[in-house]
Amino acid sequence: MINTDHSTPLLSVRNLTVHFKGKRGGWGKPAAVVHAVDGVSFDVARGRTMAIVGESGSGKTTTALSVMRLVAITSGSVYFNGVDLTHLEGEALRRQRRNLQLVFQDPYSSLNPRQRAGDIVLTPLILLGIGTPKEQKEKVNELFRLVGLREDQQMLFPHQFSGGQRQRLNVARALATDPDLIVCDEPVSALDIAIRAQVLNLLRRIQRERGQSFLFISHDMAVVEYICDDISVMYLGQIVEQATREAFFSRPLHPYSVALMSAVPTVSGGREKAANRIKLIGDPPSPINPPKGCRFAGRCPAMQPKCGQEAPPLREVIAGHKVACHFVTVENDQVKAPLDERIIHSI
Amino acid sequence: MTLHTNSSQEPLLNVKHLSVAFKGRQGTAPVLNDISFAVYAGETLCLVGESGCGKSMTALAIMRLIPEPGEISQGSIELNGQNLAHFSINEIRKIRGNKISMIFQEPMTALNPVYSVGDQISEPLRLHQGLSKSEARARAIEILKSVEIPAAEHRIDEYPHQLSGGMRQRVMIAMAMACNPDVLIADEPTTALDVTVQAQIFDLLRDQQNRLGTAIILITHDMGAVSEMSDRVVVMYGGRVVEEGLTTEILDKPAHPYTKGLIACLPELDPNPTIDRPDLPEIPGVVPSVWERGDSCPFADRCNSVMPKCRETFPPSFQTGPTQKVACWLYEEQV
Repeated sequence: MINTDHSTPLLSVRNLTVHFKGKRGGWGKPAAVVHAVDGVSFDVARGRTMAIVGESGSGKTTTALSVMRLVAITSGSVYFNGVDLTHLEGEALRRQRRNLQLVFQDPYSSLNPRQRAGDIVLTPLILLGIGTPKEQKEKVNELFRLVGLREDQQMLFPHQFSGGQRQRLNVARALATDPDLIVCDEPVSALDIAIRAQVLNLLRRIQRERGQSFLFISHDMAVVEYICDDISVMYLGQIVEQATREAFFSRPLHPYSVALMSAVPTVSGGREKAANRIKLIGDPPSPINPPKGCRFAGRCPAMQPKCGQEAPPLREVIAGHKVACHFVTVENDQVKAPLDERIIHSI
Repeated sequence: MTLHTNSSQEPLLNVKHLSVAFKGRQGTAPVLNDISFAVYAGETLCLVGESGCGKSMTALAIMRLIPEPGEISQGSIELNGQNLAHFSINEIRKIRGNKISMIFQEPMTALNPVYSVGDQISEPLRLHQGLSKSEARARAIEILKSVEIPAAEHRIDEYPHQLSGGMRQRVMIAMAMACNPDVLIADEPTTALDVTVQAQIFDLLRDQQNRLGTAIILITHDMGAVSEMSDRVVVMYGGRVVEEGLTTEILDKPAHPYTKGLIACLPELDPNPTIDRPDLPEIPGVVPSVWERGDSCPFADRCNSVMPKCRETFPPSFQTGPTQKVACWLYEEQV
């Protein structure tokens, strides 16, 4: 069951590094290495939602998968409930997986098309041997009600559900084993806007009612502002800013965070917002040979010579607000950030 | 860009009472029902609605690309006064990619993986403008530069898999703009892309429009994109037009309950986040399937101000603003 101890974080990731071997090199050349995740640290507190935000290729999904031990971790540690998951194998790992579940982005390909909806939710209970058959059946009924599906829909197949309903089914399956942590990898990006609101409300309700903790992966700042309690912004395998929701959204400090926020089109913003937008030119650089200095330097509107040479460390500028940028400064308790004067116009 | 508050100007593209039906064993499914709207030169018109509302089908009907067994059962599509609905296959081929072109949601599946980017951009140039191979290639490089593809001279010989998602969508736009069309239909061009790349693609579309005066029909379900891109909006639901008007009218005082819902359920960035967050307003339920649509208002089952009348007949359009028209019985008495 869910532990209500708030003193220690539920999940604690330290210096997580995931490298993939890329193309083999030619004669005498070493194989290319993809630096998918490079030294990432964050905590997920009990009953809270940590959001990881970034573009495609920033390593946010790899981070999520390595927390689940679904990709090989190169170095670093993942502490979950005080247990180091990094070196667990076999049965010990399987027992921990009961407390760690995953909701995928695509509600179409993540459900077995030949399994009935009720069986989809039942399977984790059977595989992990939780409860008697009667208890399992009751649990499935309860989960269907919880996520807003009807009990009589258990006999249907995935194709008979709409996208939003399928995502509810995914959430029900993830909740089946009463996990401490649910990792949601872009759970609403594939959904229509009207349906997106339904699923976001559902996740918030589950958190309120059950004290559920979430690790929420997304690229949409507006969705993240609604759902998260804490936020980490990733760029090319590293965290560039980390803060609580209130601190971050009232005052994003890193130029990349400001640019990501200004990229979201809003109803009230209109053409004026579009015209004042902070433009990021091009795509992120390749994670095979990441730039030497600040990885964002090449696209940063506030780039200075120092950025190209020296990588900025992630440092705490105000209590609880960390940022990796040379030019965020504190003078007499006043924080100054490179894109301060543009925030007002562009968000 | 000009706004068209008066109807004195002739529309470039005029869709009148368009209905599309699919015939099957279960009977006839009315996918589009009496759709009418006009597009004027140089403007951006947004078609808004959820999946399954008929937005993409409207676009395909204009391109005459409706898949079998669907067909245009009624109405006309007039481009510069010519009715495309009655064109033969050979006639419509001269229009597609030349006068009207289209970009799709998923740039990976819309580009042909076995032809180089240059070949794909050259094809409409050689076909419609009769350019030679080398002329077309030179022109293709120019076009690639105009969509801000770096090192266009090298990229032209690359294949779609060598490009990032944003670059592929730029290539799609380059292909679509190659013959300088009158109308560009963009069917959710940024749904598969990151928000930062979406901003780049929107900038590019605006830039192409300013330079060439192309009219754009943008299909989207994101009211934020509507606010940022469009001059006028047509809101679709269940294969019908439920509201239309200037973007400012629709966003400032949406009239149809569906439009209101679409605007309200979008999470907005708030610079002063509070600890307590109220639930997002949601539109309950889902879009009805084509078989569940009758003569009633298709939104009746999800509407919070539904009246008995709504379940009987679909309302006519009532004028609620200078150019705003809404098909909802709530506005019957006001008119």
